[in-house]
Amino acid sequence: MTMLASKRLWLAVLAWGITLVMFFPIFWMFLTGFKTEAAAVATPSLFFSPTLESYMAVLERTDYLKFAINSVIMAFGSTALALLIAVPCAYSMAFLPTPRTKGTLLWMLSTKMLPPVGVLMPIYLIFRDTGLLDSQLGLVIVYTLMNLPIVVWMLYTFFKDLPKDILEAGRMDGAGTSQEIIYLLLPLTLPGIASTGLLAIILSWNEAFWSLNLTSYDAAPLTAFIASFSSPEGLFWAKLSAASTMAIAPILVFGWLSQKQLVRGLTFGAVK
Amino acid sequence: MRLSHAFPLAGIAALIPLSASAETITVATVNNGDMVIMQSLTDKFEQAHPDIDLEWIVLEENVLRQRMTVDIATDGGQFDVMTIGAYEAPIWAERGWLTAFDDLPAEYKVDDLLEPIRKGLSHDGTLYALPFYGESSMMYYRKDLFEKHGIEMAEQPTWEQVREWAGKLHDPANDVYGICLRGKPGWGENMAFVSTLVNTFGGRWFDMDWQPKIDSPAWQKAVNFYVDLLNDYGPPGASSNGYNENQVLFSTGKCGMWVDATVAAGKLFDPSQSQVADVLGFAPAPVAVTPKGANWLWTWALAVPSSSDSKEAAKTFVSWATSQEYIELVGETKGWTSVPPGTRQSTYDDPRYQNAAPFADFVLKAIKTADPTDSTLKPSPYVGVQLVGIPEFQAIGTQVGQMIAAALTGQMTVEQALQRAQTSTERTMRQAGYYD
Repeated sequence: MTMLASKRLWLAVLAWGITLVMFFPIFWMFLTGFKTEAAAVATPSLFFSPTLESYMAVLERTDYLKFAINSVIMAFGSTALALLIAVPCAYSMAFLPTPRTKGTLLWMLSTKMLPPVGVLMPIYLIFRDTGLLDSQLGLVIVYTLMNLPIVVWMLYTFFKDLPKDILEAGRMDGAGTSQEIIYLLLPLTLPGIASTGLLAIILSWNEAFWSLNLTSYDAAPLTAFIASFSSPEGLFWAKLSAASTMAIAPILVFGWLSQKQLVRGLTFGAVK
Repeated sequence: MRLSHAFPLAGIAALIPLSASAETITVATVNNGDMVIMQSLTDKFEQAHPDIDLEWIVLEENVLRQRMTVDIATDGGQFDVMTIGAYEAPIWAERGWLTAFDDLPAEYKVDDLLEPIRKGLSHDGTLYALPFYGESSMMYYRKDLFEKHGIEMAEQPTWEQVREWAGKLHDPANDVYGICLRGKPGWGENMAFVSTLVNTFGGRWFDMDWQPKIDSPAWQKAVNFYVDLLNDYGPPGASSNGYNENQVLFSTGKCGMWVDATVAAGKLFDPSQSQVADVLGFAPAPVAVTPKGANWLWTWALAVPSSSDSKEAAKTFVSWATSQEYIELVGETKGWTSVPPGTRQSTYDDPRYQNAAPFADFVLKAIKTADPTDSTLKPSPYVGVQLVGIPEFQAIGTQVGQMIAAALTGQMTVEQALQRAQTSTERTMRQAGYYD
């Protein structure tokens, strides 16, 4: 009993330790945003007189709302589109597999192994000719394609854990494929779909290569907003921290509100 | 009733032609103090030119360079005004990617632009970009520490003297290091400094046949000197220090000396940004065998890409932002230490600037003595002091920079690093078709 208690204590200490280490950079960034530029580069200290001057400067220089709205549209739009394509795709792979299903899945994942910069030029030219440069639609398409392999993989794993008998029972009762998906599959795997969606949203939110290269003004999301405060010649650490805090705030709040779904999704099927 | 409806409609109708006639130009720029000021003065420009609206894209230098290169090479037309460096201007102009500034009005006073800067932005005698600010390199030192150790700064210090002084000032127990220099690898980072050091030690990147000379005795001497100096008297972890890191170290009193961009002077001299403002001393960049190429020359300039749809409006903006009138405007509204330095003789003739910036003469002299067309002791085929004005240099400079950083951290010897740098540069040049 005491062994168990001390083991639990150690585990708790370890968990807290890891959490603090992971959280510390974000905490420090949050603090730095409230310092003056001079205090931001001085000897690190927890005690200082907080100022909103960096936030004011950031808001004065840029149109934060425009960037944030672009981020929301692109992250949510691309995730919705990806789920729309991935659900039927994962359904067929999980319930009606062919000998090539495993190979197809691996091939899909292999597309993630290509460094994006390798295809920058062709994509840039296609975007230029189709008028998609600096458009929200363009980035929604890119993000959808970027996340599709992961979304299909995750949904496939969740769907596979669902007993086939349930779907069969539905079919016996006369449900068609679409009814099967809508009335049986989706409600039963909702936590899994929610956590997949959340992951896709976070990945799109944080994506910085395509968003920096394919947008300029109209469709620039929050990643471009942060990049505008980074500088190799000149110190803007307080402003950069303030901008970063503002950029991660919406997704942090969103993640916090939906953490129940996220945890449920991640442990979905674990008890079976 | 009908009338009251008609009035707002008439008002809207009256507004439509106005907003439709305003031309929007997209300006891509880097995030540094001078550019931020330019952005904050947008309203002033738009007031003076109601027919032009400005849109800003501010990005970190490397990201911006990549973004603009892709756009201009593919004729993407996303930008109307681009912030480019002295490196890109002649290369891009030669490829026909930039619009020439050959019809500048007399009131622009093109002859007022400092000659080295003007030359650096020209191709075949025509300007293809207008300078927004210019910089060279110089030495900063702590007057209080020099006094304490009884050292007197020479009018033109030599690197041998600097080594001796660094030894005296070095006091790691009290968190003071003899000298801070760039160590972070990159063609615009450590290689900007190392190239000037090699120049003054009598070396060059290429001979007249474009054969790399990186394994020459001059490079060996210069790089050995650099590695020993930083290892003996530099701060710990010098190989990860770039301009920013060194500015923090120096402004918080941790370096006895620092050789870097003249643009740091304004920041170090400002007590709100620097703890050493009252004990700050300036000196020219140190020399060794020759004064040639001992201090670099860099310009941030504004250019109009050929792919722009609004060339005339873009040119109007570029002429305004690089004019004497703009410098006046910054001086009056933001203070004279904040004016973009290093572009116009008139800035340095202005007593208001002279009073506010005691370092002005040093900077002017440094810029005027830097000659990109003649910066090496032995003849070289390229233009550029701390860079080589060929498209392949970004890759070469960064690769060699990584090898020198490896020598600095002791992963390989200086001889090995330079040998590898020589081999890889030869390969790059052969692949680029300079020789078989």
